[in-house]
This record gives sequence, structure tokens and C-alpha cells, in this order.
Amino acid sequence: MKYSIASFISGLVFGLGLIVSGMSNPEKVLGFLDLAGLWDPSLAFVMGGAILVGLGAFAVARKRTLSFLGFNMTIPGHTHIDKRLVIGGLTFGAGWGIAGFCPGPGLVALGAGESKAMVFVAAMLAGMVIFEVIERARTKA
Amino acid sequence: MIEIAWSNFTPWSALVGGILIGLAAASFLLLNGRIAGISGILGGLLTPARGDIAWRLAFLIGLIGAPTVWILASEMPAIEINAGYPALIIAGLLVGIGTRYGSGCTSGHGVCGLSRLSLRSLAATLSFMAAGFITVFVIRHLLGA
Repeated sequence: MKYSIASFISGLVFGLGLIVSGMSNPEKVLGFLDLAGLWDPSLAFVMGGAILVGLGAFAVARKRTLSFLGFNMTIPGHTHIDKRLVIGGLTFGAGWGIAGFCPGPGLVALGAGESKAMVFVAAMLAGMVIFEVIERARTKA
Repeated sequence: MIEIAWSNFTPWSALVGGILIGLAAASFLLLNGRIAGISGILGGLLTPARGDIAWRLAFLIGLIGAPTVWILASEMPAIEINAGYPALIIAGLLVGIGTRYGSGCTSGHGVCGLSRLSLRSLAATLSFMAAGFITVFVIRHLLGA
């Protein structure tokens, strides 16, 4: 129960952060991705602010085996940089550049009742399902 | 030369929002011991495992509920979605497949990965940033859409 409450609060604060920062607005995100047009550097400040806090949090987390609520620390330890990682990143980035939506802002815009965000999120879920189906077929073969 | 759109540039709200996002990721990490990667949290629901569903839903309800909480205090900022429906569908499919194949998105690799100084996440972040820059260049400046 407390695990889910902490999850809820993190999700809520994350969403509020996306709204305050302007990142729930795809046009603002595209303003950052448009280097050749009039460039809006704001997204770099969002990342900078988040990472500043994150650096401190991970420094604390690294010294612990249990979280403050007593759960196991499950921080990924993968270090390999492979084709999947890069091709996945490029694929995601292309989609991000087309609509200006990544998963978080897409869900926030959906929560704001934007019908176009609903279409984006539905397609994103379909993409995730397609990935699962292909992945399962692959591991079976 | 890069020309800055000074009229759109909002460094302070971006920084404050970024700090909030950082606090969200930090609380998730320090309370639950997990990385706040949104594509991973969402994607995990598609292959549901026992005891692994409630917290994922709770996180997503918080995220999706943020605008509802926001409008209790202030007016919701504009959400301008200029992409048409076919473009939104293609974008969604690419984001869905890409984030799962690459094991993360802007939150998991970008915010959390860079915060834990992961070279793997840096490679992922550079990949999706590069693809984002190139895609917008092609759409806006080569195709003129």
C-alpha cells in the first residue's frame, strides 16, 4: 500500500513538473528540437534542473541497499551499449520529433482531455503491444 | 548559427518544472527504490505480473491526474498539438516501439540515467535527441510542413 501511495505521489509531482516546465505542450518541445528554426532552449533547463536533483538522489541511493520505506533498491546495472539501445533510441526520437510528444507529456495531455493526445497514447500503447508480440515470437523461434 | 527564440524561452519555469521532475524521480527512487521511467512503468502493465500492477497504475493515475490537480490552483497552460491524426498515429507507434526496444525514454534514460551517470543512458539519450533534431529538421525545413 505505501509503495503505491509513494508511486502515486511521484507520478503526480512528475506530471505537475511537466506542466510547470511547459513540456506538456508539444509545440514547446518541438521549439527545442528545431535547431535550424527559432530555437527555444527551455528543455535543456528542464533536463538540467531534473538532473541536478537526480544526481543528489542517486548519490544517496548508491549507499543504500534498502529504500527509506524498506524496499529493495532496484537500480539497473546494465552497462552494455548495443544495437537495440541505439536503434530503439533513434526510433523513439523520430516519433518524438514528429509530434513533440514523449510518453510522460502524452499522458499529461491525455489527462488534460486533449483528444489528439488520446490518439497519440492509443498508438503508443499499440506500439508497445507490437513490440511485445515481436519480442515473444523472437524468443520462441 | 543558432537563433534563439527569446520570446518563447522560459528558463525559470523550465528550471522549476525540471526540479519538480527531479524531485518526483528522487522520491520514487528513495522511497520505492526504483527508476521513474515512464515508458517502462506503462509498458510493464502490458505483461502484468502478480503484485506488479497496483503501483504502476498508481503512478500513472498521479501523472494523468496532474492537470486535474493543477486546475484547482491555476489555469492550465496551452497544449498546442499541430500534428494531424495520421502523424500522431505514426509518432505514437514509433514512440511505443522505440522506447520498449531501447529500454527507456526521456525520463528513464534522460533524467534518471544521466543522473546516475550511466554511459548506456547517455548513448540512448544522444540517440533519441539526434533523431528528434533530424526529424524536426526534415519535417520543418526540408518538407516545409
